[in-house]
Amino acid sequence: MADLSTSFLGIKSPNPFWLASAPPTDRKTNVERAFRAGWGGVVWKTLGEAGPPVVNVSGARYGAVYGPDRRLMALNNIELITDRDLEINLQEIKEVKRKWPDRALVTSLMVPCDESSWQKILARVEETECDGVELNFGCPHGMSERGMGAAVGQVPEYIEMVARWCKAHTRMPVIVKLTPNITDIRAPARAAKAGGADAVSLINTINSLMGVDIDAMAPMHAIEGKGTHGGMCGPAVKPIALSMVSEIARDPETRGLPISAIGGVTTWRDAAEFIALGAGNVQVCTAAMTYGFKIVQEMISGLGNYMVSKGYRTIEDFRGRAVPNVTDWQYLNLNYVAKAEINQDLCIKCGRCHIVCEDTSHQAIFPIVDGKRKFVVNDDECVGCNLCVLVCPVESCITLVHRTQGVDPRTGLDYDRPAANWTTHPNNPGAVPVAG
Amino acid sequence: MTTVRETNALPGVAAGLLDAETLAANFGDLHPPLGRHEALVEADRCYFCYDAPCQQACPTSIDIPLFIREIAAENPLGAARTILEENIMGGMCARVCPTETLCQEACVREEAEGKPVRIGLLQRYATDAIMQTGRNPFTRAAPTGKRVAIVGAGPAGLSCAHALAVSGHDVTIFEARDKSAGLNEYGIAAYKTPGGFAQKEVDFILSIGGIEVKHGVALGRDIDLASLRRDYDAVFLGLGLAAVNKLGLTGEAASANVLDAVNYIAELRQAEDLASLPVGRRIVVIGGGMTAVDVAVQAKLLGAELVTIVYRRGQEHMKASGYEQDLAQTHGVLIRTWARPVALEDAHGKVSGVVFERTRDENGKLVGAGETFRLDADIVFSAIGQLLTPSSFGGESALKGKDGRILVDEERRTSAPGIWAGGDCIYGGQDLTVGAVEDGKQAARSIDAALRAGLKS
Repeated sequence: MADLSTSFLGIKSPNPFWLASAPPTDRKTNVERAFRAGWGGVVWKTLGEAGPPVVNVSGARYGAVYGPDRRLMALNNIELITDRDLEINLQEIKEVKRKWPDRALVTSLMVPCDESSWQKILARVEETECDGVELNFGCPHGMSERGMGAAVGQVPEYIEMVARWCKAHTRMPVIVKLTPNITDIRAPARAAKAGGADAVSLINTINSLMGVDIDAMAPMHAIEGKGTHGGMCGPAVKPIALSMVSEIARDPETRGLPISAIGGVTTWRDAAEFIALGAGNVQVCTAAMTYGFKIVQEMISGLGNYMVSKGYRTIEDFRGRAVPNVTDWQYLNLNYVAKAEINQDLCIKCGRCHIVCEDTSHQAIFPIVDGKRKFVVNDDECVGCNLCVLVCPVESCITLVHRTQGVDPRTGLDYDRPAANWTTHPNNPGAVPVAG
Repeated sequence: MTTVRETNALPGVAAGLLDAETLAANFGDLHPPLGRHEALVEADRCYFCYDAPCQQACPTSIDIPLFIREIAAENPLGAARTILEENIMGGMCARVCPTETLCQEACVREEAEGKPVRIGLLQRYATDAIMQTGRNPFTRAAPTGKRVAIVGAGPAGLSCAHALAVSGHDVTIFEARDKSAGLNEYGIAAYKTPGGFAQKEVDFILSIGGIEVKHGVALGRDIDLASLRRDYDAVFLGLGLAAVNKLGLTGEAASANVLDAVNYIAELRQAEDLASLPVGRRIVVIGGGMTAVDVAVQAKLLGAELVTIVYRRGQEHMKASGYEQDLAQTHGVLIRTWARPVALEDAHGKVSGVVFERTRDENGKLVGAGETFRLDADIVFSAIGQLLTPSSFGGESALKGKDGRILVDEERRTSAPGIWAGGDCIYGGQDLTVGAVEDGKQAARSIDAALRAGLKS
């Protein structure tokens, strides 16, 4: 049996599945239900400073993008940080941590951008004996207008400054949660590291309008006819999160910085992908908000079975293994040739491969062979772009096959040529001449 | 027509075998319509195939992938227009088409997983939506001043009339019966088209304007082809098949309880109260087509205890589709094959049973095997096909025919100039509503081209 336990910044957790700071972790009731269901840890929904609690809207605060059969592909929200009293939250955090010592409990924080505010709140949180803090520099709506959340996360200097304050005023591990609403995720990650942060977590939600009501001529969902952008999460954002996690994992300046990955994790496989890119654990929100806490049972069993099938005993055995294979375009082998092949036994003759290739790509799939409806790749034109593979409704019916013998009829060049990439390519004015 | 009322006195034959509630349930919608969410989920299953096999399999060439995509994009009225542009009876065809042998058989999901996209139900979803608006989405072209006579207000005639009206011609339809819609109204099993749908569709089609229907006017009795050709710029014959084949057995004509299935179904369809309709307890249906299944299943739904379809060849040879055969069998109808009727057993002026001889195929020829068996019968339904009699069109010798039906070319032109024909009365058809609609559409295109050529010259 695989050992799913993790030690992230020394914070022990029976499995790598944490609930992200969000509505599911807003209160003791929810968090205890999550722990009973099997979640390894939670990041308690963001606390603000003492004083009057924040106020949320009392209309629709969530919006969605649907796939087929109303499957939720993305969720967005305009909810703010916790609207409960600070003292109640602190008391509940303390009670829950005492009752569930084997689970990870990290507290998310967001206070105004001055040292004393952070110093004050950190002291109060330490009293709860929770495992660590996560600095919410990502919330893209509401709080950012007040100079917090993404307003900090979008300025690397602020990140570094606040991270440094926090490290100076607490012995707890400090995780910096990053916003994806920036141009280069490496800058805030480097800033967090420079400020002494122990880890980064990403991604927070993405600025989004989920739709426009073209009857009412207002964004969806509107409050009395007016709407505002929210933060989007869920399965649709996973590729964005994977890319950003990989950038930080392979950046020479941040390599080795612990990462808690967030962004559309819905199944064990999603989690495994983030871990393969170097994440020490994953945080989940949308999947729980779509199906309830029980989904973690699938994640635990699925990840365990995967690890057993691969011979991985612990999470560390495969963590980060995909990172070396993430590279820049210029290093891809331009002499590698693959072409599509259609398995005629599996083909159901829908013709989608043909029409997308014909209309939008390389005119490389014949629709009729010997007078019959039959879809066959034309090697003379196929560039191996993979579009036909992707649009084919039958799994494994079309595959890209690596060609190694003979001559490519499209280019007239041998299939079997030594690897060469753009850095040495004759068409590249900046190419480094190959010696000899 | 032999009315079933005459058989009322026969033992074993009675009306009201089932109470009104059960009858209403039995004759309700065979396939309830899809709700909005169901339609969206089903529409999403469509792969939007290139040069789609379903469209090729549709006799009216409806752009099925496009209309399904329009449904998926929550544009059911656009979907309906896509359907109706090719098939103005898209609503009825959604209900009665043997989709399992047409579009849905061709669906690539049938090949992939044995579960085709439910095209018929999606077509119904879209056409129901547009009919609920009460608006015909088409408009008429500028008047041409040309007048076309159509004989028969069935699917072929109405389809032709609508297309001609859209093109700006004025149409007069002559219909022998009291109601329009032909077999849609008189011939198709009630549970396939409940709620008076056939007449609603007629109203929808006629709402285009420029079409006048004259009921109670029969060709050969009240009008003749010569005068139609004289008085109109073109003539379209959508006569249907007015006569039914006979079993050819001794005593058939004299027996009050040997009935034409076609006539019985017509009576059932027009019955205001199904409980008043007499039905036997033991029914024998002779034939293997849709009509045989329709009458057998409906007899069962009326309360008949034992209904047996007897067909002279194997089940695979029956013209009723596999789906229809399943429908019969799941309704408790027994299908017996390889047997043909050889004698009616007479008891006091009525038939009490049918003697069958077993048959076999010998080098493609059906031969009797000698051995016989008998089946008890309170009613014997003959469902062995209909035919066109020369008197149906006034015995016009100028019209060439084949196998008792009218010969037409690709454009549905008959051998007589100025006369087109379509639907069941022409040779080579499929005897389906959808085929008749296509005939009417093609004929209208040809007529329109001919009339416009005449306008130019």
